[in-house]
Amino acid sequence: MVRMRMNQAVAAALADEMREDPDVVVFGEDIAVAGGPFKTSDGLLEEFGPSRVRDTPISEMGFLGMAVGAAATGLRPVAEIMFIEFLGVALDQVVTEAAKFNYLSKGAFPCPMTVRASIGAGLGFGCQHSQTMENWMSHAPGLKMVMLSGPQSAYGLLRSAIRDPNPVVVLEPRALYGGRGQVTTGADGILPLGESRRVREGDDVTIVSAGAMVKVVRAAAEASDDWSAEVIDLQTLIPWDREGVVSAVRRTGRLVIVEESPYTSGWGTEIASYVGARLFGELRAPVLRITCPDVPVPFGRELELRYMPNPGYVRDQIDQLMATGRVPDPWWAEKEGSLR
Amino acid sequence: MSNGRGLERRRAVSTDRVARYERMVEIRAFEDRVQGLFAQGLVHGTTHTAQGQEAVAVGIAAAARPTDVITCTYRGHGIGLALGLTPEVILGEIMGREIGCVGGIAGSMHLCDRELGLLPTFAIIGAGIPVAAGAALTAQVRGTDDVAIGVFGDGAANIGAFHEGLNLAAIWNLPVVFICENNQYGEYSRINLTTPIEDLADRAASYGIPGIIVDGQDPDQTVEAVGAALDVARSGGGPTLLEMKTYRYAGHSRADKAEYRPEGEFERWYQRDPINTFRARLESEGLLTAEGAAEIDERVAARLEAALQTVDDSPPASVDAMFRHIYAPV
Repeated sequence: MVRMRMNQAVAAALADEMREDPDVVVFGEDIAVAGGPFKTSDGLLEEFGPSRVRDTPISEMGFLGMAVGAAATGLRPVAEIMFIEFLGVALDQVVTEAAKFNYLSKGAFPCPMTVRASIGAGLGFGCQHSQTMENWMSHAPGLKMVMLSGPQSAYGLLRSAIRDPNPVVVLEPRALYGGRGQVTTGADGILPLGESRRVREGDDVTIVSAGAMVKVVRAAAEASDDWSAEVIDLQTLIPWDREGVVSAVRRTGRLVIVEESPYTSGWGTEIASYVGARLFGELRAPVLRITCPDVPVPFGRELELRYMPNPGYVRDQIDQLMATGRVPDPWWAEKEGSLR
Repeated sequence: MSNGRGLERRRAVSTDRVARYERMVEIRAFEDRVQGLFAQGLVHGTTHTAQGQEAVAVGIAAAARPTDVITCTYRGHGIGLALGLTPEVILGEIMGREIGCVGGIAGSMHLCDRELGLLPTFAIIGAGIPVAAGAALTAQVRGTDDVAIGVFGDGAANIGAFHEGLNLAAIWNLPVVFICENNQYGEYSRINLTTPIEDLADRAASYGIPGIIVDGQDPDQTVEAVGAALDVARSGGGPTLLEMKTYRYAGHSRADKAEYRPEGEFERWYQRDPINTFRARLESEGLLTAEGAAEIDERVAARLEAALQTVDDSPPASVDAMFRHIYAPV
């Protein structure tokens, strides 16, 4: 076990994969000489050299297309998208090319590429640099997608993503890069894709979250004396751990989903729909989704903190659910009129 | 995917100009036949044919090695046949049959053959350009002397992927040859309506790489130009942009009758029809006789008839096929 920040865990995962497999290459904007704007590739250029660690121009469509071609012909490229929004200009290469190559080649040209992108609010980057955008990728069969929630998940999931023979999008909450934790490195630290992780045990309610919200949910759960929550870090959004989530909710009888993204069409809707349909009649309360409002991410610090679910709000929402057996209004309910 | 005959068919166009001529005849007849099948309502969906562009197709196939990787467009039947895919696996794909090169689940726009170096062909204009650069990156990182070839139309020269792909290939000196099939039309629009310059090869200058105009109607010139650019790339000289001046005889897709074409334009290009002019040259060089050419026509017609029969006998892609290969097995 080594104590490290999440950005260091990302760099460690990249380095360990590069040591074990000479076909792993990494590229992106400012990732080589500068070691990455968030220092997630620090030291890689020095150890692995300029052939395998490359700075690209500001050219996402170009270098993601390059990742597709490199992956289809034998490399295992890891491309970094500095802010998830920058993927918007290059989405074709991920959802329409990479995701379809195995299918369009009868398995002859799998596309083992990894796209890493920083996501999320909380750091004052404004509404064009603070979104999560996971639903851009969730409707494209052929892709996998994970969301990191801390140093161990960064190390373990990223290594699995690079090893996977399919294109995998790795979403990295930017606000967590500086957070420290104990990390098991090496083979024992690798976390399989498609499996959720139980963060905390509890009996009254199952709370499913991902990314930066896992910490928020855990704090909310630990602060409540009135109910005990089982907390699940989904880890892989596509394909998500249906069996794990359903069996957990079957046991507690209540499902709450906490997402750092707008309410409409969030990843939690899929889970709510699936679990709600499967366990209809067994649930002791309706499924509750706790999300951000349907607004662009505001800039000011106070507003940005208000925008995202926080432990107090999560606890309050669940208190109401437990007390009434009904889904409470979100904090912005009185503003609904301005959202349509 | 190519019924085991792909490499043999590839070798033929690589080594023999008369075989190259025969392949051009095959492409023309194949595309005519495909258009006919669609017109008769025998095929579902859409298709994009490449009559008139046969010399570009055989030029690429003759010059490239099977280990060179090629990205190609949705107008890919001709290049597929030239590379060595058989008429039955392409027709089978077009008709959604199991025998198709992708098992019939992909359709006319998506051909593929690993043995022949053909990545899944691209139905998104320009998308294959940076992907070709990526295939070249593999060769560079692994230190092989394979080259990637990115084929696209003039319509792709105005999309970001073109500029980004060429720029990346140039700064990293990647072993890739970019081949623009300038057939004068991007979908339904003539190039002068969408592009402010006459010669797309000029755009290479922006990326500091050679941009060379090639007569895309002449298979001797296309073979030579592609071969020279491949040699440069193979020996570490970096990318080249080749602009093949050619002409699309058909409309953009099956529904397009190309009524927007200026009067007389088709006729002017047809005077330099790549098949007719190449036949005349081979005859004048004593490599082909009129009887020999007629035999080729008959042989090709018979081959296509047999292919159609084979495809007819092949079952449609099954429901099971729809669920295969979504993900590569971990």
